[in-house]
Amino acid sequence: MTEVGAPRKRSEDDRLVTGRTRWTDNIQPQGALHVAFLRSPHAHARIEGVDVTEARRRPGVVAVLTGADFAAEQGSLPCAWPVTEDIRIPDHPPMAVEEVRYVGEPVACVVARDRYAAVDALEEIDVDYAPLPAVVDMERAVQGDGGLVHESLGTNESFTWVFENGDMDAAMRDAPVVIERRYVQQRLIPTAMEPRAVLCVPEGDDFTLYSATQIPHILRLMLAVVTEIPEHRIRVVAPDVGGGFGSKLQVYGEEVLCLLLARRLGRPVKWTESRSEGNMTTHHGRDQIQRLTLAADRDGRIRGLKVDLLADMGAYLMLVTPGIPILGAFMFNGIYKMDAYSFTCRGIFTTKTPTDAYRGAGRPEATYAIERLMDELAVELDLDPIEVRRRNWIRHEEFPYETIAGLTYDSGNYEAATDKALALFEYDKLRAEQADRRERNDPVQLGIGTSTFTEMCGLAPSRVLGSLSYGAGGWEHAAVRVLPSGKVEVVTGSSPHGQGHETAWAQIAADRLGVPFEDVKVLHGDTAVSPKGMDTYGSRSLAVGGVALYNACDKVVDKARRLAAHLLEAGEQDLEFSGGRFSVRGVSEEGRTLQEVVTAAFAAHDLPDGMEPSVDADATFDPENFSFPHGTHLCAAEVDTETGMVRLRSYVAVDDVGKVVNPLIVEGQVHGGLAQGIAQALYEEAVYDAEGNLTTTTMADYLVPSAADLPEFTTDRTETPATSNPLGVKGVGEAGTIASTPAVVNAVVDALRPFGVDDVPMPCSPERVWRTLRDARGKAAGQGSGTQPGAGGGLGSVGGAQ
Amino acid sequence: MIPAQFEYVRPSSLDEAVTALAEAGEDAKVLAGGQSLMPLLRLRLAYPDALVDLDRIDALREIRDEGDALVIGAMATHHQVFRDPLVNEHAPLIVEATATVADPAVRHRGTFGGSMAHADPAADLPAVAVALDAVFLARSVRGERAIPAAEFFVDWMTSALEPDELLTGVRVPKLGPGWGVHYEKFRRTAQAWSIVGVACALRRDDGAVAEARIGLTNMGPVPVRASAAEDAIRGRPATAEAFREAAGAAAEGASPPTDLHGSAEYREHLARVLTARAMAAAAAV
Repeated sequence: MTEVGAPRKRSEDDRLVTGRTRWTDNIQPQGALHVAFLRSPHAHARIEGVDVTEARRRPGVVAVLTGADFAAEQGSLPCAWPVTEDIRIPDHPPMAVEEVRYVGEPVACVVARDRYAAVDALEEIDVDYAPLPAVVDMERAVQGDGGLVHESLGTNESFTWVFENGDMDAAMRDAPVVIERRYVQQRLIPTAMEPRAVLCVPEGDDFTLYSATQIPHILRLMLAVVTEIPEHRIRVVAPDVGGGFGSKLQVYGEEVLCLLLARRLGRPVKWTESRSEGNMTTHHGRDQIQRLTLAADRDGRIRGLKVDLLADMGAYLMLVTPGIPILGAFMFNGIYKMDAYSFTCRGIFTTKTPTDAYRGAGRPEATYAIERLMDELAVELDLDPIEVRRRNWIRHEEFPYETIAGLTYDSGNYEAATDKALALFEYDKLRAEQADRRERNDPVQLGIGTSTFTEMCGLAPSRVLGSLSYGAGGWEHAAVRVLPSGKVEVVTGSSPHGQGHETAWAQIAADRLGVPFEDVKVLHGDTAVSPKGMDTYGSRSLAVGGVALYNACDKVVDKARRLAAHLLEAGEQDLEFSGGRFSVRGVSEEGRTLQEVVTAAFAAHDLPDGMEPSVDADATFDPENFSFPHGTHLCAAEVDTETGMVRLRSYVAVDDVGKVVNPLIVEGQVHGGLAQGIAQALYEEAVYDAEGNLTTTTMADYLVPSAADLPEFTTDRTETPATSNPLGVKGVGEAGTIASTPAVVNAVVDALRPFGVDDVPMPCSPERVWRTLRDARGKAAGQGSGTQPGAGGGLGSVGGAQ
Repeated sequence: MIPAQFEYVRPSSLDEAVTALAEAGEDAKVLAGGQSLMPLLRLRLAYPDALVDLDRIDALREIRDEGDALVIGAMATHHQVFRDPLVNEHAPLIVEATATVADPAVRHRGTFGGSMAHADPAADLPAVAVALDAVFLARSVRGERAIPAAEFFVDWMTSALEPDELLTGVRVPKLGPGWGVHYEKFRRTAQAWSIVGVACALRRDDGAVAEARIGLTNMGPVPVRASAAEDAIRGRPATAEAFREAAGAAAEGASPPTDLHGSAEYREHLARVLTARAMAAAAAV
């Protein structure tokens, strides 16, 4: 084992970083036509008529089509996660036919010889809308106050999902400490670096659909279901894909429509979204209102936790929309023991862009809630926030541990991660500085935030998904082909979009097969090349797909062993395999390399009786359990009490992601994850005005932080192997995002505690911090103005794209 | 998005440029680096009939010494201005503000004159020009004229330039000895526009403030001169306390916008806090 654990630079990065590669939009087939979509400027309206006469006359225009033109063939976009039996799933046509329910929903399209002609012609389409009430506010929507998103459903509620365990009445009755809070998870825009893009190439009765997607395999099946084009006539290719963060874990209307257009016109059809178009129409993330009640004893021991959620579905249920908040149901208890837990989630329709998976998907929301509450509990009891956590967490000798939410955490060591983080952070020193600044009444106050998180990843055991009414399994597939020259092709069903599979998978295969790293090629993202797969999301690739590869390699070695034994005239049981070579135990000079064995298999001149002339193998791995990365994150934030500006001073992340295949990739995932979690805490928010217009359509208004806005991260690891897979790996794609949001907000609130502040709504923008502080000071002076900052309704200087 | 169709002209001399601009009519736009105009075109927020691209006119990139003033050519890039020895010596406030403009890629393409003519009150350089009483040099087929900074910025994204007029350069009075400068920029992310910016030049005489010039970014439809604060600090001792008191008048006469990044009320508060800080930094207190 020399490759696994080595900090190899990622072999795919040269082409990804320079962009000299196959992004979908870089693929230019002869005669390709370009599509542009006309999108609703109304949050909610009936379509009374669409006049495309003028647009059809424009030069270069090949076709102009409306929802009515697709009505007979476009089907309804799928929701694969009906979380309850009585869930209300509205019809979701890829192109709106009778009614639009969010700004940006497509109502017509132009197909033209170039993109300019297509976009120009959009301006000639005349749509007659009859506006209907916009349903923007979730708490009003749930009352049915202000109109219905889907009139025929008779309600704005899609479902109510409940989980209860333990005796909540007993836990709450006479509890010495009860903390009640309302937290809002603002709506976020995933913002992958590469926008969505689709290209569909027809070839006779067959179609090849290229898409910037995370899920080529699922997409292929769903396209077949939606369009009734047989599955074997569709090939889906996810070429190099520039990020997704869950936003490309979707079956989008544009993918269906490009397929239908290619069939209708018999020519390749391409669409690439603009950034503003993407902000409006690529699914959004988060958007929950959380009502939380925590009961505890005076010594800090948690008795029970009640969670009551409203989750904004947006206008429609997309691929896994309803399941996202439900994933959180298992995580609100965090790393803590308690006697009772209840969780109720109501999924609510609004006239906004649908929500769905976004990095962390349900777990960041839950982790935020419990980690914020733990800090509040510490304040209530006048305990150090670390101490109150220590009194409640599962001790390392208690694993495996069945949690109040019904999961079995297989392993972990919260003490070790926390001790390491405290030492790196210089916790005591910072607390002393904080005390000093408070004493001096320094205009810049210091706050310290803690997040001792865990998460469930490695999605997912198929039987658990089944019990949660998910429409598919959670296994993953891998195949290993040893070529006649001894070079190796690895095929994975998991579909990377920036994670570094090509490097990590080659490291695993190189070790298992004893071949050089350079001799391994990793193939992925094409249903014709990689026939089976469940794709990439939920930090599953390594913990599920990597294990499938591990098992497939072992099968290859087993097959090769039989042939090697035959060639060496020895018994299989007498052979050992080391460094890519079979030899007779105790007689190491007699041996055959894997390459020699494979060449012999290729020639097939002299095989054991009944052996096929191949050592290739594949494996499908279905995990027994989730994996549970954990860690302790500590954040120090300076808050300028005059301006409200928050500056992160230091950030320590000690993560336990189990065994590590490539520490450089893990480091990169942690850094990126932290940036995205911090972004939720301080910067990002998708803002709708009262009429349901998205006002953050450009990156001037939707603030994605860059490296210049972030502190230098101090990262370290503890390593408690997962017991649920032979690699001992857990997954790292989402950990940083899940952990960091509460760490940062806890730090901001901690800085402002002396002023009577116990919460700052996210994102903690300078104005929000300033107003919160002003209100708290006002209250302290007995004249609270009680105003909370609205998000405003204006545009950046360049103006928004409406 | 992609832009709508337009004519494209790329003159190679100033004479050709003003002729082209005159011929192109009312709905022409001047392309001077394109760091603001291109996004507007791509978002289809601007539909010009023609673009007159000044990129080939090297004469417009010159930065020259005119005795008691510098003339900065309209097509000098931000990067060029930032590095220029004359600007560093005689107009360090411009250097400070320029260093905060967007990011290095933008500063290498975007131009000093382009930013001024765009007249975005959220841009940093217009407030500096107003603080320094710069003079804008315009030219058309009809001739040349000089426009004081106080008259150049007319309204939101609107300058005093006529449709056929080209900004050729900006005359910036040199600051003599005794002046300190500071540009205080307040923004949420490194590449974002100022929520509020304060451009301050301040001359000390012994321990007192002899004179202060203060321009405010994004405090109204045009850059604002904080005259009340300037008056309030004149003759006062150069102390943090005096700066704070004088800065209490910083938002007087301003009419800041309310947008996603800050309400008008918050901007007024920031103008006061940041003006005090800018004066203190300029005075090295």
